[in-house]
Amino acid sequence: MSQVPKPTTEDFLTLELNRANILPLFENANNWQERYRQIMLLGKSIPKLDNAFKVESAQVKGCESSAWLYHQQIEDKHYFLGDSDARIVKGLIGLLLVGCNGKTGTEIAAFDIDKYFDKLGLTGQLSPSRTNGLFALAKAMKAAV
Amino acid sequence: MDFTQLSAQFPTLEQTLEGYPLCYLDTAATSQKPKQVLAAMTRYYENDNANVHRAAHQLSSRATTLYEAVRDNLLGFIHAKQREEIIFTHGTTESINLVAYGLTQQINAGDIILIDTSAHHANIVPWQELAKRTGAIIKPISLTSECCIDETAYDVLLQEKPAIVALNHVSNALGTLNPIKHLVARAKHAGALTLVDGAQAIAHLEVNVQAIDCDFYVFSAHKMYGPTGVGILYGRFEILDTLIPLMTGGEMITSVSFDTTQFNTLPNRLEAGTPPIAEVIGLGAAIDFICQLPRVDIAKREAELLHYLQIQLKQMGNITLYGANDGNIGSVAFNLADEHHQDVAILLDQQGVAIRAGHHCAMPLMQSLGLKGCCRASIGIYTCKDDINRFIKALESVKELLLG
Repeated sequence: MSQVPKPTTEDFLTLELNRANILPLFENANNWQERYRQIMLLGKSIPKLDNAFKVESAQVKGCESSAWLYHQQIEDKHYFLGDSDARIVKGLIGLLLVGCNGKTGTEIAAFDIDKYFDKLGLTGQLSPSRTNGLFALAKAMKAAV
Repeated sequence: MDFTQLSAQFPTLEQTLEGYPLCYLDTAATSQKPKQVLAAMTRYYENDNANVHRAAHQLSSRATTLYEAVRDNLLGFIHAKQREEIIFTHGTTESINLVAYGLTQQINAGDIILIDTSAHHANIVPWQELAKRTGAIIKPISLTSECCIDETAYDVLLQEKPAIVALNHVSNALGTLNPIKHLVARAKHAGALTLVDGAQAIAHLEVNVQAIDCDFYVFSAHKMYGPTGVGILYGRFEILDTLIPLMTGGEMITSVSFDTTQFNTLPNRLEAGTPPIAEVIGLGAAIDFICQLPRVDIAKREAELLHYLQIQLKQMGNITLYGANDGNIGSVAFNLADEHHQDVAILLDQQGVAIRAGHHCAMPLMQSLGLKGCCRASIGIYTCKDDINRFIKALESVKELLLG
């Protein structure tokens, strides 16, 4: 049986997300249009996963759209890659990556995702009743660590 | 009572969501509930709450009278022949399961079950399970490019003398209306039993089960301004009486011993356990609510609104409509350019517009259309032209955001 392909360490490390530049764009957005425009721009800035990686085993269940998530630990830090076929979910994955990428297990365990999204003006997005799958994605990220 | 007065009866509709007045276009998923329905259920719990069919005391007698009166109310509402043909279930899904399970002993290996390609999963999966139990064969009835039953293909399939034909009255995903009398007549001519899923028709059209002449007709209260948790199975008495019960236990027996148990007669035989009493009473109030205006007036108004909605969407550009035919009922299905239906729904929600996005529990239909999913806007008795204008305006904003 052939091995399921996985992103390389290099793939994980080349994703650069500048927290200091990204987060204020959300915090300063004064209406939903601007907030969602920024979500979608962030999603667009994150490289697409190669189609070979969009496999069932990497799929996060609980999203109306399809979403895939990969994790790798490099030394004591955790790195993630993700993608979705929907723009908003891709952007929300981007925000999770901004929050968690390159952090230690202890940092990620202590990361209060609800508070993080509240601060970005995205309260309620994490609710398990939402079909955006963010709740499942956040859970999958915490579980991977 | 006019339509403005009718729509004022829905408390949930009088709210704003982050500054946007709620624009509820998801009635096909579930309708909102008028005050009369809520009041009837509260009144029952506050005054008459008791178990039914065990009238050793006055409360139970009142509860039973209220409960059974709804069966009589339904008899007229769908024009059944006798009250024993009306079975209370927990919803359309249970109604179909009850039939599919109940027919197990009558279906043999190799028997054919025809299913409408646009059927809801509730009208597919119970038949697949019946096929697993019996060795029957499921065959889908294909659709034309207008998403209507392909009658040529249907005729060819009927030549195989199917045992069962399961049809939509109205498609939940698209709103397409089947020529149901005609389709049922042909199925009957071929010797098949017929089940019609009326979940999306019952709130919008006057249903006459004797005129349709089907063996089974099923629907849910919650899509016709009634509460969740109660549905109806209508069955032609002669065939309904042959179903083996899916659920057994209390209420459905005449005598029980450890050696032998005697089942009750219809309708009790198919209503095991304590029924959803308050919900049935709520359904009765929903029927009274709908019947305040002539059904033809409701149908005419909704047809005009849906037509207006279809036209507005067509004129917008970058919109693909699916099966949006004249004469459709209740719903319109669409996608915006190549955008994901979920993105469209999330951005509409930001503006207080509630629609459904997804596969609409009709994955085989989505597969036949080559779609992952789509958006669906659906209307009800309380929908007005202003709702549609607000929806279109909101969709323009979504288009602006997504397509730039």
